[in-house]
Amino acid sequence: MNELIIKDVSFSYTGGENVIENINLSLKEGELVSILGVSGCGKSTLFNVVSGLRKARTGTITLAGEDITGKPGKISYMLQKDLLLPYRTIEDNVALPLILSGMRKKEARAQVQDGIKRFGLDGVQKKYPSELSGGMRQRAALLRTYMFSSKAALLDEPFSALDTLTKSEMHAWYLKVMDEIKLSTLFITHDIDEAILLSDRICLMTGKPATISEEIIITQPRPRSRDFTLTTEFLQYKKQILEKL
Amino acid sequence: MKRKLRSTTSNLLPVASILALLAIWELVSDTGLVPKFMLPSPVDICAAFISDFPLLWENSWVTLAETFIGLLFGIIIGFVMAMLMDFFTPVRKALYPIVVITQTIPAVAIAPLLVLWFGYEMVPKIILVVFIVFFPVTVSLLDGFESTDRDTINLMRSMGAGKMQIFRYVKFPAALGNFFSSLKIAVSYAVVGAVISEWLGGFCGLGVYMTRVKKSYSFDKMFAVIFLISALSLLLMFGVKLLKKKCMPWENKE
Ligand SMILES: Nc1ncnc2c1ncn2[C@@H]1O[C@H](COP(=O)(O)OP(=O)(O)OP(=O)(O)O)[C@@H](O)[C@H]1O
Ligand SMILES: [Mg+2]
Repeated sequence: MNELIIKDVSFSYTGGENVIENINLSLKEGELVSILGVSGCGKSTLFNVVSGLRKARTGTITLAGEDITGKPGKISYMLQKDLLLPYRTIEDNVALPLILSGMRKKEARAQVQDGIKRFGLDGVQKKYPSELSGGMRQRAALLRTYMFSSKAALLDEPFSALDTLTKSEMHAWYLKVMDEIKLSTLFITHDIDEAILLSDRICLMTGKPATISEEIIITQPRPRSRDFTLTTEFLQYKKQILEKL
Repeated sequence: MKRKLRSTTSNLLPVASILALLAIWELVSDTGLVPKFMLPSPVDICAAFISDFPLLWENSWVTLAETFIGLLFGIIIGFVMAMLMDFFTPVRKALYPIVVITQTIPAVAIAPLLVLWFGYEMVPKIILVVFIVFFPVTVSLLDGFESTDRDTINLMRSMGAGKMQIFRYVKFPAALGNFFSSLKIAVSYAVVGAVISEWLGGFCGLGVYMTRVKKSYSFDKMFAVIFLISALSLLLMFGVKLLKKKCMPWENKE
C-alpha cells in the first residue's frame, strides 16, 4: 500500500516558535487531498518537512511503510514555482529525475515520451521552457514530478500562477489525467473552488501555530465534470468551508 | 522590410565612421601635416603589412600559441578554483582574498621577473597569460555558481540529487553566461599580455617583432603589427561569441 502517513509533525524555523504543530494527515493510494489555508499559514513549510528538505522538530512521516522523516529524494515534490531549468529542453527537464537516479540520457528520453503525449506536450519536447506558455510549463513541471515517483506527490499551488481561463482548462485536463494515472496527491491551494472540484478530502489549516482544524470529505464521485461547480451541493461545501476558515 | 533596412544602415554606420577616420588620417599624413616618417599613412601601413607578411605570419603563430596555451591553463585553474571555493566554504574564505590581491599586482610589473625566473622561451609568457586570465574566470564562475536560485536547489534535493549532480545540472549551466562574458574580455587581455611579455625578452613572437622594428624606426611596420594585434583580439572575441552560441543553445531562443 502506497500510503503516506504524517504523524504529529511540528516544525519551527531556527530559534522561532512553531509554525506548524501536531499535524496529522494520511493519504491513501489514488487519493487527492487538498490543504486549504490562508497565505503564510505554513502550507509550504509543511511540504518542505514532508519532502525531507527540512527536519521536523517532532513527528514522523511514513511512505509505503518506510520511514522517510528527514530523507529527501523519496517523495515527488512540485514547488510553488514551475522551476523548469531554462537550459534544458522540455524532454530533458522531464527526464531529469530519471537521469539523476542514474539512467542513461537516451533511455530516460525514450521513457518520458509516453508521458509527454499524455500530458499534451507532444511537439514541444525539443523546445526550451522560455518558448512555452504558462499552462504548458506547468504541465511539464507536473510531468517531471510524476516521473520522479509514481507513489505520491506533493503539489504546492500548481495552478495558482495561471490566468482564470488557463486554470479551468488545466482543471479539466487534470481531472482526466488524474483518473488515468491514479497518483496519490497532496495538494496545496488557496482557491476554494479548485479544492472542492479536485479533491476527495479537504484539510483546513488554521491557527498560529497552524494545525489541521477540520477535514471535509467531498462525496461526489470522480471523475467530476466542470458542471459540478454549478450544483447546490458544491455551494454547500463552499459555505461550510468559508464558515470554518 | 523597414526594420531590415534600418538594421543594414545601423550596420553600415560603424563601417562608415571607420572609413572616414582612415580617410582623414590618410589626408593628414599625405599633406605632410604630420611628418610622414612619424605617422605613416594607412596606405603605407598596408604596403608594410604586405611586404612583411611572411614574418608577421610566423610571429603571429608564436604569440597565438602562447595565448591559447595560457588561456587553456588559465581557464582550467580558474574553473578548479571556483569549484573548490563553491564546494568548501573554508577554502573560499582562505583563497578569495588571495585571488583578489593577485589582481592588484600589475601584470606588466611581474613580467620581467618571470623572464628572469623562467628564461626567454615560451614558459614565462604562458605564465603571464595564465595570471591574467584565471582571475576573471574564477570570479565570474563563482558568482554564477552562487547566483543559482535556492528553490531550484531545493527541487533538485527533493529529487534526491547529490552535491555533484546539483553542480552539474544546475550550477554549472547557470554560470556559463557569466563565464563567457568574462572570457570575451579575458581573450583580448591574454593577447596583449603575451605581447607585453615578449617585449621583455624572447626570440620570436609579435612582441619581439615590435621591439625589433622599433629599434629600426620603421613606423609603418610598427603600425602594421599594432593593427594585426587588434585584429587578432577581435577575431578571438568573435570566436568566443561563436563558442557561446554553440554551448548555450537556449540563449538563442527567446
Ligand atoms: N526560510 C524561512 N525562515 C523563517 N521563516 C520562514 C521561512 N519561510 C517561511 N517562513 C515563515 O513561515 C510562515 C509560513 O510560511 P509558508 O511559506 O509555509 O506559508 P504558506 O502557507 O505556504 O503561504 P503561501 O500561501 O503564501 O505560499 C510564514 O510566516 C513565513 O514568514
Ligand atoms: Mg506557500
